Amino acid sequence: MERKIVAWGLGLGIGAAIALAPIAASAAWEPTRPVEFIIPAGTGGGADQMARTIQGIVTKHKLMTQSMVVVNKSGGAGGEGFLDVKNSKGNPHKIIITLSNLFTTPMATGIPFNWKDLTPVAMLALDEFILWVNAEKPYKTTKEYIEAAKAANGTFKMGGTGSKQEDQIITEAIQKSTGAKFIYIPQRGGGAVAVQLVGNHVDSTVNNPIEAVAHWRAGKVRPLCIFDEQPVHYDEKMVDGMAWKDVPTCKSQGLDVEYLMLRGIFMPGGVDKEAVAFYVELFKKVRATPEWTDLMKNGAFNTTFMAGDDYAKWVAREEKRHEELMKAAGFMAAK
Amino acid sequence: MAENTQSADAGGPSQRAVEAGVALGMVGFALVVIVGSLQVGIGWGDEGPKAGFFPFYVGLIIFAASVINLLQARARIAGERLFAEWSALRQVLSVVIPTAIYVAVLPWVGIYFASAVLIGFFMRWLGRYGWALIAAVSVGVPLAFFLVFERWFLVPLPKGPIENLLGL
Amino acid sequence: MEELTNLFHGFAVVLQPFNIMVMFIGIILGVLIGVLPGLGGANGVAILLPLTFTMSPTSAIIMLSCIYWGALFGGAITSVLFNIPGEPWSVATTFDGHPMAQKGQAGEALTAAFTSSFIGALFAVIMITLVAPLVANFALKFGPAEQFSVYFLAFCSFVGMSKEPPTKTVASMMIGFALAAVGLDQVTGQLRLTFGFESMLNGFDFLIAVIGLFGIGEILLTIEEGLSFKGGKAGINPRVVFQTWARLPRYWATSLRSCLIGCWMGISPAGATPASFMSYGIAKRASKNGDKFGSGEIEGVIAPETAAHAAGTAALLPMLALGVPGSPTAAVLLGGLLIWGLQPGPLLFVEQKEFVWGLIASMYLGNIAGLIVVLTCVPVFAAILRIPFSIIAPLILVICAIGAYTVHNSVFDVVLMLVFGVLGYVLKKCNYPLAPLVLAIVLGDKAEETFRQSLLASQGSLTIFWANGLVGTIMALGLIALFWGAIQVGWTRLRLAASPASSGRA
Repeated sequence: MERKIVAWGLGLGIGAAIALAPIAASAAWEPTRPVEFIIPAGTGGGADQMARTIQGIVTKHKLMTQSMVVVNKSGGAGGEGFLDVKNSKGNPHKIIITLSNLFTTPMATGIPFNWKDLTPVAMLALDEFILWVNAEKPYKTTKEYIEAAKAANGTFKMGGTGSKQEDQIITEAIQKSTGAKFIYIPQRGGGAVAVQLVGNHVDSTVNNPIEAVAHWRAGKVRPLCIFDEQPVHYDEKMVDGMAWKDVPTCKSQGLDVEYLMLRGIFMPGGVDKEAVAFYVELFKKVRATPEWTDLMKNGAFNTTFMAGDDYAKWVAREEKRHEELMKAAGFMAAK
Repeated sequence: MAENTQSADAGGPSQRAVEAGVALGMVGFALVVIVGSLQVGIGWGDEGPKAGFFPFYVGLIIFAASVINLLQARARIAGERLFAEWSALRQVLSVVIPTAIYVAVLPWVGIYFASAVLIGFFMRWLGRYGWALIAAVSVGVPLAFFLVFERWFLVPLPKGPIENLLGL
Repeated sequence: MEELTNLFHGFAVVLQPFNIMVMFIGIILGVLIGVLPGLGGANGVAILLPLTFTMSPTSAIIMLSCIYWGALFGGAITSVLFNIPGEPWSVATTFDGHPMAQKGQAGEALTAAFTSSFIGALFAVIMITLVAPLVANFALKFGPAEQFSVYFLAFCSFVGMSKEPPTKTVASMMIGFALAAVGLDQVTGQLRLTFGFESMLNGFDFLIAVIGLFGIGEILLTIEEGLSFKGGKAGINPRVVFQTWARLPRYWATSLRSCLIGCWMGISPAGATPASFMSYGIAKRASKNGDKFGSGEIEGVIAPETAAHAAGTAALLPMLALGVPGSPTAAVLLGGLLIWGLQPGPLLFVEQKEFVWGLIASMYLGNIAGLIVVLTCVPVFAAILRIPFSIIAPLILVICAIGAYTVHNSVFDVVLMLVFGVLGYVLKKCNYPLAPLVLAIVLGDKAEETFRQSLLASQGSLTIFWANGLVGTIMALGLIALFWGAIQVGWTRLRLAASPASSGRA
């Protein structure tokens, strides 16, 4: 009965052409069981928001005959999720979305895991980082803020997600670049970090755009600069006539720090090429939907897409970069 | 809870001995916690209190409380009070041992088959039911779980050779 | 008054026949999820999701929120019948709920639990309707120090009330803290107390400890005392619901107090678990029958259930307004929002009026629907206890094993569950209270985390815990709760010494 309703919606819906594609390519591999989509982070954060949006898109446009089950495995800074995928060698019904903890968790904790234990599928997007302050605070520019932080003499509090992960790496880089000292206060998830900023319990955060956008639009927080080499191109007005593209780069504001984070998909090691190809195609279809475009716009994502060897090479480079960053910050686990 | 203080002829471990054993076990646990905390550092680092700061003091408190419990077990509990009679403990073990076997074979034979055997075993051994009823319950219940978890809610549970044979 | 208009519009939306049907489907699924440990809200969403895309977002969120209500109600069932709390906030319900079932009063216990849940949730929804914007601002006042003070208050109002020897209570609670500390330290990002074992990485999950200590431990105790559940003599009495209802009004003070505690805990994002423990602890002190708590006192079921559900409901408000879910089940709703491209946040109330008020209206009606569904089933649930022990015991063991396995999909957790089971049996026979241990496992890491975050922010100065009125007041309440016994004794002496004449004013 339910199937029928869904099938009707499918036939009439805008995704008809997309939905028929898997039938045309019936010889290729397709999931025969529900696909488990693992998030190595808590609920409400950037990775969680993206994964759940994807779940919605895949279900709504019927991109897969089997269903997609989203599971948060955030234990041990995401180590729980990564080890689970590592130990599911050869299982083509499991995929995982990553954040920088793909690199930082094994480095900081010494748990036996490396991205090479997984099969890279595709890069979905790169996530930006923005320096946010509470809108009630007087500083309007990065310069004013850094001056205030220096004057505060090490009492300014920077909120961030987790410990020895991307947010703390950026904080560390800001300290190096400016000489200002911050107290880094780790929270469990990006959503909680943003709320702490709104409640004035920390002085600034380096939240991903998607994590703070709701508070920005409500006029509670203010973006000072974006940690990228050029401003993003989204020009839709968000609040007070300001759009994402009006957020200047940190470099242009005298804060020479750049950081982008991978939002990519991996599978367990030892899976068939056909299975990987299926998921690459699946995510290409996901990226073609209007819902995905909305998410990208809302969260000011950098929409680079990569798959196959390009992607693997990119990940390898990124791992090197993180190793250097982590070493420089003194975050590596004691051997 | 401890009604079985009399009928000494049945015998059993004394409450005092068991309590002392539990307290000693906790002392051991406390030492493990303290050692683990020392490994990660118990002082004050760059990030405030180090990772072992809190568990270290927790370990110390467990240690102190358990030592007091140990002394009190000797001082306060009458020597002749029984923890439980041997016959009662045998009953307890008759649940613990089959369950332990059940847990041990789970990864190999799958949870559904193991559950069927466990249910059947209990019904026959403790309940002395007829085989027809045993067969109905011990097959029906895992089957119902299979439908609810694997088919309906899409939760994969450990499966073994039998499920593979059936192609599930 | 615009809100009320919106609300009535919301009612009109929810009361469409299709939405009512959707509501009952959600409730029944939710109850199933609440009853079977091992099924989580995520699974419910996964199976309902395809269905929800055939309807409007409002109908869809009604269905998902009804899963939430169903799960809240369902959690009490296993707590009362088998001493197995499926969710952290049901733990306190077992303290008196299960003894009631053992005395043959399972029907009464379940009715009291369901009705209290309903009252708690209803109270919180009314509060959300009337003062939503104020409440969201109140939630913002809670930084790490304030959050810690709430956990502190929860611990204080709960300890110092057990009958067991104090050193045993302390040992039990500290073991809980130690177990909670295993795994990754959130503040330094370091692994601790894992001793190199991969399976220790996730720490000790509350559910595994509780299934073992309470569920398995109970089976072992039962079998030692002779092979039957004492609830076996309970007759099936279809009028039990009304008979219990007749008794409930006399506990109105406990209910009201628990509602207030629950709402407060739900908004300050401490959540339903501290609310239930705190409410139980305070009810025990305030009640005339306080010393009978733990042996099957109906008030001991009312207090935690009311508070837990008031908190669970009130917690939805910060989730909608701030985007931070207070519990895994609330996260399900958050996921629902995201799937439909609705961004939770302060503007949700402005930009998605119809949706928000539809949701709030569905809270009222979903709750009523849930109450009807579970109450009609009370005699059936109570009858489960009539199944002979030799059949039900292995069933419980199997359900426990499945529940433990699904926490992290690991067999190691099932082994751990059995170890906790034997431990629970031995500790109980040795007069160690288990509740402080469980409370510490549930709240230990959060309490430690917020404590250290506060110290980080204050650079090691403890003055942060009385730096402002809010945190100072909560800490002071905690200290009063901790030393309540001593204060009471002192007060009585003082009064007797001052004027014997005033003794009429008790």
